[in-house]
Amino acid sequence: MATHTTVNLEQVAAEYRKAGERLRRRVVICAGTGCVASGALKVHEAFARAAAEGCLEVQLELRPHDDAGNGQAGPIDVGLSKSGCQGFCQMGPLVTVEPDGLLYVKVRPADVEEIVRETLMGNGVVERLLYVEPGKAHRCRGTGDIPFYTRQSRLVLAGCGALDPESIGQYIAAGGYFAARKAYTELSAQAVCEEVLHSGLRGRGGGGFPTGRKWELTRVQGGPKKYVICNGDEGDPGAFMDRSVMEGNPHSVIEGMMIAARAIGADEGYAYIRMEYPLAVRRFRKAVADAEALGLLGEDVFGTGQRFRLHVMEGAGAFVCGEETALMASIEGRRGMPMPKPPFPAQQGLWGKPTVINNVETLATVPLILAMGSAEYRAIGTASSPGTKTFALTGHVANTGLIEVPFGTTLREIVYNIGGGVTDATGEVTGEGFKAVQIGGPSGGCLTAEHLDLPLDFDSLRSVGAMVGSGGLVVMNQQTCMVQIAKFFMQFTQNESCGKCVLCREGTKQMLALLDDVAEGRADLGTLELLEKLAYAVQKGSLCGLGKTAPSPVLSTLRHFRAEIEAHVVQKRCPTGQCKALVSPEILADKCKGCTLCARKCPVGAISGTVKQAHTIDVDKCVKCGVCAAACKFDAIVGVG
Amino acid sequence: MAIRGLGPADAKVPSRALWVCIRNPQSAMETTMTTKPTITVDGRAVELDGERNLLEVIRKAGIELPTFCYHSDLSVYGACRLCLVDVEGRGLCGSCSTPAEPGMSIRTGTEEIREIRKITVELLLANHHQACPTCPKTHNCQLQELSRKLGVEEVRFRSTHQPVPVDKSCPSLVRDPNKCVLCGDCVRACSEVQGIGAIDFAGRGAKCTVAPAFNKGLADVECVYCGQCAAVCPTGALTIRSEVAEVWKALDDRSKTVVVQIAPAVRVGLGEQFGLEPGAVATGQIVAALKRLGFAQVYDTCFAADVTVLEEATEFLHRKAAGEKLPQFTSCCPAWVKYAEQYYPDLVDHLSTCRSPQQMFGALARQMLPARLKVENKDLVVVSIMPCTAKKFEAGLAKFRTDGRRDVDFVLTTQELARMVEERGLRFADLQPESLDLPMGFKTGAGVIFGVTGGVTEAVLRYAAEKATGVQLQGVDFLDVRGEEGLREAEVALGDTTLKVAIVHGLRNAKKLAEQVRAGTCPYDLIEVMACPGGCVGGAGQPSCRDRSAKAKRARGLYEADKMLQLHKSQENHMVAAVYRDLLGEVGGEKAHHLLHTKYHARRRITDEGFSLLGSVGAVKMSVCVGTGCYLKGSQDLLHALVRHVESQQLRDLVDVRATFCMEKCDRGPNVRINDTVIEGCSFEQACQALQAELGKTVAP
Repeated sequence: MATHTTVNLEQVAAEYRKAGERLRRRVVICAGTGCVASGALKVHEAFARAAAEGCLEVQLELRPHDDAGNGQAGPIDVGLSKSGCQGFCQMGPLVTVEPDGLLYVKVRPADVEEIVRETLMGNGVVERLLYVEPGKAHRCRGTGDIPFYTRQSRLVLAGCGALDPESIGQYIAAGGYFAARKAYTELSAQAVCEEVLHSGLRGRGGGGFPTGRKWELTRVQGGPKKYVICNGDEGDPGAFMDRSVMEGNPHSVIEGMMIAARAIGADEGYAYIRMEYPLAVRRFRKAVADAEALGLLGEDVFGTGQRFRLHVMEGAGAFVCGEETALMASIEGRRGMPMPKPPFPAQQGLWGKPTVINNVETLATVPLILAMGSAEYRAIGTASSPGTKTFALTGHVANTGLIEVPFGTTLREIVYNIGGGVTDATGEVTGEGFKAVQIGGPSGGCLTAEHLDLPLDFDSLRSVGAMVGSGGLVVMNQQTCMVQIAKFFMQFTQNESCGKCVLCREGTKQMLALLDDVAEGRADLGTLELLEKLAYAVQKGSLCGLGKTAPSPVLSTLRHFRAEIEAHVVQKRCPTGQCKALVSPEILADKCKGCTLCARKCPVGAISGTVKQAHTIDVDKCVKCGVCAAACKFDAIVGVG
Repeated sequence: MAIRGLGPADAKVPSRALWVCIRNPQSAMETTMTTKPTITVDGRAVELDGERNLLEVIRKAGIELPTFCYHSDLSVYGACRLCLVDVEGRGLCGSCSTPAEPGMSIRTGTEEIREIRKITVELLLANHHQACPTCPKTHNCQLQELSRKLGVEEVRFRSTHQPVPVDKSCPSLVRDPNKCVLCGDCVRACSEVQGIGAIDFAGRGAKCTVAPAFNKGLADVECVYCGQCAAVCPTGALTIRSEVAEVWKALDDRSKTVVVQIAPAVRVGLGEQFGLEPGAVATGQIVAALKRLGFAQVYDTCFAADVTVLEEATEFLHRKAAGEKLPQFTSCCPAWVKYAEQYYPDLVDHLSTCRSPQQMFGALARQMLPARLKVENKDLVVVSIMPCTAKKFEAGLAKFRTDGRRDVDFVLTTQELARMVEERGLRFADLQPESLDLPMGFKTGAGVIFGVTGGVTEAVLRYAAEKATGVQLQGVDFLDVRGEEGLREAEVALGDTTLKVAIVHGLRNAKKLAEQVRAGTCPYDLIEVMACPGGCVGGAGQPSCRDRSAKAKRARGLYEADKMLQLHKSQENHMVAAVYRDLLGEVGGEKAHHLLHTKYHARRRITDEGFSLLGSVGAVKMSVCVGTGCYLKGSQDLLHALVRHVESQQLRDLVDVRATFCMEKCDRGPNVRINDTVIEGCSFEQACQALQAELGKTVAP
């Protein structure tokens, strides 16, 4: 295309708003990966069908130009759309009805007909599909009175759930791309850097480096060619913040990249998205194509004569490619292996050119900062860590899902008020169950009950040996064995180490072997000493961030749960009974009534005895599954389960 | 006049004379106010002099930091973590990858650093096949050495070593992943020095290995057997494939007469293994040692090199006169020849058709020696001592045979000869020099300098200059073609014409010139190529030596040896002249051509069965080559068209359409093979016709 007129954002926004006003109701079905997995797409189909059967006029996509010919278009009964992840994954599939402000949870296709009849046609409420807080009777109408939502501050995630991620018009109608236009047409590159620096925004990928400073360092580099990279290679087990943003509001990330490009003087960008996120890749590609079609991306951004081209690239399936130098190697078509720094990407990045790499959430935050102003943004959160942070809340907690809170929020608020409390093995919320939170995934550490009132931010977490990381937050109840947790993360890093530097490649393997010794009764106190020494060596000496942080779960566990770990090595006992090798079940003869129940339940026939006589367990046959202990009505079986 | 290339010889060698160590920091400040900036290393000021990184500054200060993965010839990798130092204000940094900044204060051996280094070596040992006493690298293993130096007295970690098969597929090298420490030196040598990349990292985490493509053997991939990977390998993961046992067996067989030729570079290499200075010329001792080992006659490859000069220079003057197939590339280096056959099959006509001196010697030995030594060829065993691993491959090529028997039976590297000397218990330094046997032990200095980069060119010029002008040369030294740069050029006046010659070592440099030739922009008449940095003196068969100046010293040794000889021009070798008179006839004549020249052909880079595209197991196999040569001639489109054809004609169950790599007819592509028939320059219509015919044969009742 040789020339094109500069996109008129106001006009696009006005057309979409006008089209939106024609809708009597909007039904938004969460199509985040969690809800899709629990059947959201079937619910969507059911809505389309039921509405048609109920003679409602349904529009599946807002088309602002429908009335271009005569301007006579009348109102439409229902606009049916899919949104990105709304966060409340535990309760999916989620269906929102606006303007009624209703949120129906755990909706099944069979429920749809009733919603259509009662709500869409009858203006009523289907009470049984409303959310009820655990242990309470009150039925919440919608996000306005569900504590999971009311206690959050959804800034970055505000658009995820409200917007149709595949509609650029909706994004613009909601104020999208105005910040990018401001950056390109009203501000100098330096002013953009300064604005972001003043906001205090720190990188959300884990390190917490001030974004504005990173941009400024890249801006001052000479040369005509620079790159912006969006790091969407989210790989921490249990973390899905970036996926949700890319799936739910891809345009916010694109706009952030445009602003970054303006700030540093880049004319080309790459969005490097994890291969295992096909939906994010598809939606991001569509968003880029739509932005190109409108002329937002291309040879002449906002009529400034500046060029910005954006490529979407799928990751190579390796955790280490989230490390920036490995990521760049991967984009260049080389093996994803980290390189020593310096040189830093700001000096010599992609193809040797100055490059800014930012995390998805960081980039999605940038347009908000430009829109609200750095001073207002800075007022959110804490002094050293302004703004909000998204977390993927998982584990033994009632409301798992995606949340966003200001920095400085306490763990107690997150676990008990937003998360709805700690659950036990049966999924019930109990008062006493909290043991720890693993934060920051395989690079992070544990927080314990003593940290429940610690305001969470970059610096406070670092001071207790944990890190914000990318934002995985795994809640653990009292039945969790910390040795097993440390093993889990070490197994992960051991598999995902790229194999380049000795300390990480061989060190993670040996740390895992030493943890195995602890879990299987082969360890002594010397093992713990060696484990700790090795962990420090790997932390201090590894080449890249993956290796340097790989020992964190071990070190933090040793720091906060020393007694539990020493029980494994000194008494050869696993306090939670999770380490099977240390479990030695025994039937207490004085308590056993000889009811034979345990012998009948035992799956391997390890229990023998005659009726009304004390039974015995053959430890060689026993697989330590704990079924016997759970079955016994007289608490006669100890040491297992 | 030289072009600065990217060659290994360009790397800066830190000079020990430059380092300054001042005890008093105060006076250091004063002294350096007017001189160079400094950093503080373990409390002492050290001047900066443009070193690439902290490691080089620290080594200049006389502290040998341990490293596995740092080679000043190669790019910085930063993986072994042994060169960690504590930089004030920054904490631990890899010194290899940290630039020195004035004012830095560095500590190199804190308790923390020493513990991390120990742990690092222990971790490597825990995952190492610790068969040290029987490892070929045992005398020279850096893992052993570091373990001793760092005081590693026990391995506190449990062994995690999982045995994997050893790759003995190729004639030159043995790849034993069980000994690999994954330092990546070999990977970088192959890609950065040779521009090949026959081996690379594969797998992640604990499964990470260095392997050829698809984990094939080295024999099945593009490896040119130069052995530079083995030369940089710090452990026994890449070693030379030994033929010592076979040679002992021949020597022990009383029915055999075993003769040996020694290559030029060997005489300046072997002594290093026995405590002589690098570059010390030990020809006489080598002869004495070989005689004691039981070799009947000891000859010199330099004799054959003199023959090569006559043949190659004559060939060149013919081409120059005719203006054909220029530039002419030399063909003495078998790694280069294999490289050219693999990557530049369209340029093999530019290679001199001369066999290498090793193979000329072999062919002449088979002709001359049976009568002379009164032995039948079947009982004559020809052995070479070479600085080179690729020569083992070359000697095994089917084209270098006389009456079905290998011209050169066994090739030993300098290292293998050293082992035999050690095994026999000879005190090398005490051996009284002995003389080479005639006639094939007689040579001129021109043959001797074949072992150094630029030497072949100089030897050819010494002949060509006289031949072209008819005037005797005043001096024989062509200093312009000597040097260490990876890519050099020179202009030489030959009568009224000016010759432009280029000399490259390191195949990555050769690639640049080959690309120029392909593009038609190459200005040279003659190009000398040696795969190994420094030429044959830097061959992978030479003793491994960590003295970085060793190659230059060996080169000087050869130039000295040239000076010490009476004759310097191949045309003055009267023994060679006698061979032409009695056996070969005219230089470049028919008999000479038959015995001393060869042909080249396109060579595939990887063995492969190809990939089935439709997943069928049809009776007819149709393979379309999608290798580079055929791809450029449109084979990919042809393949797609044929797939569509097979699908639309509903022949899926009958025809297995495959994409394959290289049928070694790169100049005649696109090549399509239908069952056993290869169709060159195949069009879509031709392929369809042939397919129809084949289907008629195999499917019709």
